[in-house]
Amino acid sequence: MSSQPRMVEVRQNVLKQNDVLARALRQRFEDAGVVVISMVSTPGAGKTALLEFTLKQLRAGGLRVAALVGDLATENDARRLARSEAPVKQIVTGTICHLDADMVQKALDDWTLADLDLLFIENVGNLVCPSSYDLGEQLRLVLMSVTEGEDKPLKYPTIFNTADVCVITKMDLAEAVEFDLDAARASIQAVRPGMETIELSVKSGAGVDRYLDFLHTQVAQRLAVG
Amino acid sequence: MHELSIAMSMIEMAHEEIDRRGGGRVTALHLKLGPLSGVVKEALEFSYEIACQGTALDGSQLIVEDVPVMIHCSNCRQEQIVESIQSLRCPDCGLPSNDVRQGRDLEVVALELEEDPLLADEALRKSA
Repeated sequence: MSSQPRMVEVRQNVLKQNDVLARALRQRFEDAGVVVISMVSTPGAGKTALLEFTLKQLRAGGLRVAALVGDLATENDARRLARSEAPVKQIVTGTICHLDADMVQKALDDWTLADLDLLFIENVGNLVCPSSYDLGEQLRLVLMSVTEGEDKPLKYPTIFNTADVCVITKMDLAEAVEFDLDAARASIQAVRPGMETIELSVKSGAGVDRYLDFLHTQVAQRLAVG
Repeated sequence: MHELSIAMSMIEMAHEEIDRRGGGRVTALHLKLGPLSGVVKEALEFSYEIACQGTALDGSQLIVEDVPVMIHCSNCRQEQIVESIQSLRCPDCGLPSNDVRQGRDLEVVALELEEDPLLADEALRKSA
């Protein structure tokens, strides 16, 4: 025996649990005085190469840096990044196509955040699913490589819109693939007006100074606030 | 494809609501979905149907309210609906804006619940 269906109001964000955890993480990062930057891109855009370069350079510059790296199956990235001698931990997600706040929280369990200036979180290579999940990061960095085409942002507007800075990688190949930088910048600005864009190649070294300056500025700003 | 886990979260939320109301069966779930939520509607509809099987939402309808993206235009000093998420600019004056006021929505708004009157009475008695 049952009655007629009745409308029951719920009004709840589906990702509420993740958002609550992410907010707590963000507060923890702020209290510890650490700048947290997440990286998102397609598989193969050069996240790990950029991160390896970044960790080495920033360590050499006297900053205390570390990284969490998400991957579906292997621990290859963590091994590769460990060569920088910075603390690195792999989050193997299994079949899950993105990181969420809970995975980040668990991975950070035995780390003392106050010992760090900058923490990078490399997301699983995917431009769709990571856009829904706040990880508590202060900055989201989206990478696109010149081999992917100038209209990548138009194809994945959501992830580009949620990002704070865009790095165009593999600029040493730009000429070979006839990459149109102005068109790429226009696509980025169309989906995420005002986003800062940095073009570089970790292979040739072009543009890396501006990128490293950008990171140093983030840390300096945090210190000024703290 | 993270829509299956999103669908499962929605079902979990519905079950919490059912438990609070002393049981019953959901015949429809109303969801607000924005284009900047990162969730693909078709994939969610497909996942929802599968994820509902064997639950109190089995056979229920997923009713999606598509929410448009709204930005605030600092020039026109008002909120404006953008025509495409591939171009976040004011439809009136053309000024780009990243001040997104709406469109990231992924919210369970309501359930249509077929309550079991006997169980509901019992739940009421217990809570009284």
